[in-house]
Parts: sequence; structure tokens; C-alpha cells
Amino acid sequence: MAMSWVWTGMIVLSLIFGIRNGTISDVGNAAMEGAAAAVELCISMGGILCLWSGVMAVMKRCGITDLLSRLFRPVLQRLMPNACRDRETLSALSANVSCNLLGLGNAATPLGIQAARRMAQGAGGTATNELCMLVVLNTASIQLLPTTVAGVRAAYGSASPFDILPAVWLASILSVLAGITAARILSRFTK
Amino acid sequence: MDFSSLLVPALLAVTALVGMGRRVDVYSTLTEGAREGLSVLLGILTPLVGLLTAVYMFRASGAMEFFAQLLSPLLVKIGIPPETAALLFIRPVSGGGALAVGSELIAQYGPDSYIGRVAAVMLGSTETTFYTIAVYFGSAGIRRTRHTIPAALTADLVGFVAAAFAVRLFFY
Repeated sequence: MAMSWVWTGMIVLSLIFGIRNGTISDVGNAAMEGAAAAVELCISMGGILCLWSGVMAVMKRCGITDLLSRLFRPVLQRLMPNACRDRETLSALSANVSCNLLGLGNAATPLGIQAARRMAQGAGGTATNELCMLVVLNTASIQLLPTTVAGVRAAYGSASPFDILPAVWLASILSVLAGITAARILSRFTK
Repeated sequence: MDFSSLLVPALLAVTALVGMGRRVDVYSTLTEGAREGLSVLLGILTPLVGLLTAVYMFRASGAMEFFAQLLSPLLVKIGIPPETAALLFIRPVSGGGALAVGSELIAQYGPDSYIGRVAAVMLGSTETTFYTIAVYFGSAGIRRTRHTIPAALTADLVGFVAAAFAVRLFFY
């Protein structure tokens, strides 16, 4: 529903600004162009998106997700000690993080939900500190290969679509650290 | 030879070799997995049609520029290019919307420009916060979310500032 408000707001504001600025004929043309641009973008980024989905599938089959899961266990045990006492929650959590890293959103979400459900047992509808931490970790995405973005860049003729990787990693790490710190600090002030 | 140009071919070769070493049917796994990309593509196509239409109209009317200018002193102060203002607002709310606004910035300024790169890094390093919160807490039956939203939005804000900072650090 939120998006309905955003969309309607943008269209109505475009109309108002179009009339006020005398750009209304451009606004009409832009509506047609925008719809066409969406399809063009999808076609030109389709190849790279499919290729990397395939590569990720091979990596997953090779056991890279399991390897990453093992790597992240100690970190998760420090961030969410209570939840990680439960073996099943811990394995769902670590698989969730490693799928997120590989950009396997469709695989990551059900695993995260599974962990969240177990962690919510007995919480009576109120988020515990560790549940908040789980959700904050998932909202601050850490992705090793942001393939969709690379696809967009390739579609518009970037010389090297993946050259933003180090910047993406740095920004992701800083954002996750900020999220963890904020969750830790704010948890003291909310009941 | 720089790191990122080596990355793609090396990653493909290593993945294929490790797969072969583990007796994985690399080729059919690849083609099967590529189908997932197709469903992602189909999933974003229709939202992009709706949202890019709105973004194009918004920009053509001059409204985008108006709001960007309104915010620009604040954004400049924290190191974020004001051209990306619209992206900051739509990113936590809608993944498709962010992709539409971001790709429009990349198209307009060029994928290898400062603005284009900042938009790409912002897209790559943040998530659709409100959607994620709704999915997780919805399915876990949580009604009182406590400090989750402020903490997640802090992460987003730091992610945006860090995106601009990281692009300047690595490219300029």
C-alpha cells in the first residue's frame, strides 16, 4: 500500500509541477518513454543477470554456502548468543547470512524467517534484542557480487561493470557495522 | 591489469574448476540456475514499467530538481551528491522503485561517472528496509518492533554516506 501512495504522489506532483513550470508536454512524453525504457533496461541486463544466477547455482552446488556458513558461526554466536544455543536456529542463521552474501535472496529469506520464527517463540509479539539484530542484519545487505546493479551498469555501457565492487564492500561493511552499533545502543532505551 | 577486470574471468574459471573437481555437472547446473535470473527479470519488469514511468514524469516536470535543490545543502554537508536525493527516499521503501531511480541516474549521468557510480554503490550496499522488516516480523508474529526501524534506517543512512565516500576513495 505504501508504494501506491508513493506512485500516486509522484504522478500528481509531476502533473502539478508540469503545469506550473510549463513542462506538461514533456511530462506526457516522459510517461511513454519511461515505460519503454523499463523494457529496454530489462532486455539489456537480462543476459548478465541470468549468467550470474547460473554461476551462483554452481557455487552453491560446490558447497560454498556451507563453507561461508561455517565461517560466520563464531560472529553470529557473538551477536546473538541466546538464539545460537539452539543448533537449528544457528544453522538457519548462518545459511541465511551466506545466501545473502552470494545474493541468493530467494534462498536467504525463507532461512531467515525460519530462524526468526524460532527466536520469536515465547516473546509474546515483542521483538527481543536478538530478533531486532537479525532483522537489522538482513536490512543492511552485504552482497559479495551485486549482480543486478552490475547488470544495469553493463546495460548502459559501463567499461567495467564490476569495478564498483571494492566500494560496494566498503559501504556495506560500514553500513552493517552502523546497524549493529545502533541496534546495540538503542536496545537499552526501548522496552 | 587491475583487480576488477581480473575478477570476472577468474571467478568464472575458479567456479567451473572447483565444480569439476567436486564432480558437479557444471554446465547443466549453470543453465538451470540461469533460469532463476529469468524469473528475477520477469519479477522486476512490470514494477519497473510502472516506476520508471513515474520517475521519468517526475523528472521531466521539474519536480525532481525542485526537491533535490531543497535538500541539497543538507546532503552536501554529509557528502552525498544531491542528484541522488530521490534514491535515498525510495531505497528503504521499494526495491523496484530504487532500481528505477538508480538506473535512471546511471543512464542520465553515465555508468562510469561519479553520480552513476555513487547510485550503483548505494543500490548494491543497501536493502529494501521496510519490506524486509515487514516480511520477517510478519511471519514471526512480532507486533512491537522496538528499535528495529531506527537501527535499520541508521544503517541505511550510513550506507548512503559511505557509498559516496567509497566512490571518492576508490575512483577520485
